[in-house]
Amino acid sequence: MQLIECPWCGSREETEFHYGGEAHVVYPDDPASLNDEQWAHYVFFRANPKGLFAERWNHSAGCRRWFNAVRDTATYRFHSVYRLDEQKPTIS
Amino acid sequence: MTATQPPGAHLPDHPDFLWRNPEPKKSYDVVIVGGGGHGLATAHYLAKNHGITNVAVLEKGWLAGGNMARNTTLIRSNYLWDESAKIYEHALKLWEGLEDDLDYPILFSQRGVLNLAHSLQDVRDSVRRVEANKLNGIDAEWVGPDEVKKLCPLVNISSDIRYPVMGATYQPRAGIAKHDYVAWGFARRADEAGIDIIQNCEVTGFVTDGNKVTGVRTSRGDIAAGQVALCAAGHTSTLTDMLGIRTPVQSHPLQALVSELLEPVHPTIVMSNAIHVYVSQAHKGELVMGAGVDSYNGYGQRGAFHIIERQMAAAVELFPVFARAHLLRTWGGIVDVCPDASPIVGRTPYDNVYLNCGWGTGGFKATPGLGWCLADTIANDEPHEFIAPFSLDRFVTGALVDEHGAAAVAH
Ligand SMILES: Cc1cc2nc3c(=O)[nH]c(=O)nc-3n(C[C@H](O)[C@H](O)[C@H](O)COP(=O)(O)OP(=O)(O)OC[C@H]3O[C@@H](n4cnc5c(N)ncnc54)[C@H](O)[C@@H]3O)c2cc1C
Ligand SMILES: [Zn+2]
Repeated sequence: MQLIECPWCGSREETEFHYGGEAHVVYPDDPASLNDEQWAHYVFFRANPKGLFAERWNHSAGCRRWFNAVRDTATYRFHSVYRLDEQKPTIS
Repeated sequence: MTATQPPGAHLPDHPDFLWRNPEPKKSYDVVIVGGGGHGLATAHYLAKNHGITNVAVLEKGWLAGGNMARNTTLIRSNYLWDESAKIYEHALKLWEGLEDDLDYPILFSQRGVLNLAHSLQDVRDSVRRVEANKLNGIDAEWVGPDEVKKLCPLVNISSDIRYPVMGATYQPRAGIAKHDYVAWGFARRADEAGIDIIQNCEVTGFVTDGNKVTGVRTSRGDIAAGQVALCAAGHTSTLTDMLGIRTPVQSHPLQALVSELLEPVHPTIVMSNAIHVYVSQAHKGELVMGAGVDSYNGYGQRGAFHIIERQMAAAVELFPVFARAHLLRTWGGIVDVCPDASPIVGRTPYDNVYLNCGWGTGGFKATPGLGWCLADTIANDEPHEFIAPFSLDRFVTGALVDEHGAAAVAH
């Protein structure tokens, strides 16, 4: 179990949070123009890197708000958390 | 086992060296990436069924040290859909003859599995699955709480617990096997046939020529390949990313744990989807327990403690005597989960590269069946009929095999 930093509430235990998978997956601009393959990629296909990953979390047992985080999937370490309206930070 | 023998005394002696440790050759007809159960079984059936032996199995760590060494070894074929029933039942039939085929002890013990139902909807879904199993020629029955108690006396069938046991599906032919021995048996057979098993050899890239892969780059140099099969389980994305192939798998930590050694107390396998715990008793005497996957993506081969806490709470309610057992050891593997809880096996955008992944929390039981079908696929360059429904393009065509209900571990 680890502490996760909610942008609004501060550090809270992992059990208060719900995981939401890859961040920054944008709903198609013109859904009607997508072919089956493009739809499949929008619906089912997500990045699955070993290393830094931008992902969504919800502070479900706290303020109940969604936010984004960049986390290392090999070490599980959170490098940064940021609000949905903020740019993905660049982490070297 | 007689009363005078210590637990484990009936187990076979540890074997001598079972395979060579050859230097990699410059080139092979078939290169299998990943020396887990799936890669090794594929190698064995390539030799045995098709006479193809100019084959290398490349393993980045030690032989079968990935999920193969970390799983809880449950074997069953009581899946819902016809597509799954075919491949898992094919595997179960092979398990039933595997000890003879490999001429090696694998301690396959058909002690049956109970999948518990805790709500009226669970009951209806379970009965439906039993009927579907029967139509597919798979042994399955619906049993009530009293019969559950007869099959596994430790189960608490009281009606005043949070998730009362309303009955269970029962597959008598289900069982467990000794996972390490399974891997070693396959490895020994493949090695005897002349196949090179190369440990400490990580695939770090691919050499491509148009829509063909001509070789793999490894930590021990480049190796040319006629055909390539990817059998890397939870690490598959690290390989497909290098090839520019997108797959819909997500890698998650999955944990298991064992208790101290106990007398034989738990004669069958008990699983509960709803409260996320499953239990069997190993040959030596440990209670072996598993839970659901950790929610987040991860490659760290460890999981979060609160999952264990939840799982133990469920286990103690269902099996009150477990409250007195000591926890001995916990560990984690990395499993690759698909949106429809079914594996992906078959062709890729590269002509001579085959993919085998997405078995998630349940691929050990498929080991011989998958190996058989993937070897056939490689030999004939055409997907075997049992794996054809599991192609990558089902996510585009929409012909999903939605097995969440029968895959058993929450994900
Ligand atoms: C805790 C746990 C419990 C489970 N319980 C069950 C169960 O009860 N029943 C069941 O049916 N299934 C179970 N499973 C799932 C099962 O273990 C897997 O589905 C199955 O082992 C996957 O196939 P495999 O054996 O080939 O994978 P693995 O044994 O993981 O083999 C893949 C191999 O590829 C190697 N590799 C990865 N990348 C590279 C590379 N770049 N170069 C070279 N080698 C590489 C890895 O080191 C690894 O050895 C469980 C899994 C876990 C983690
Ligand atoms: Zn919050």
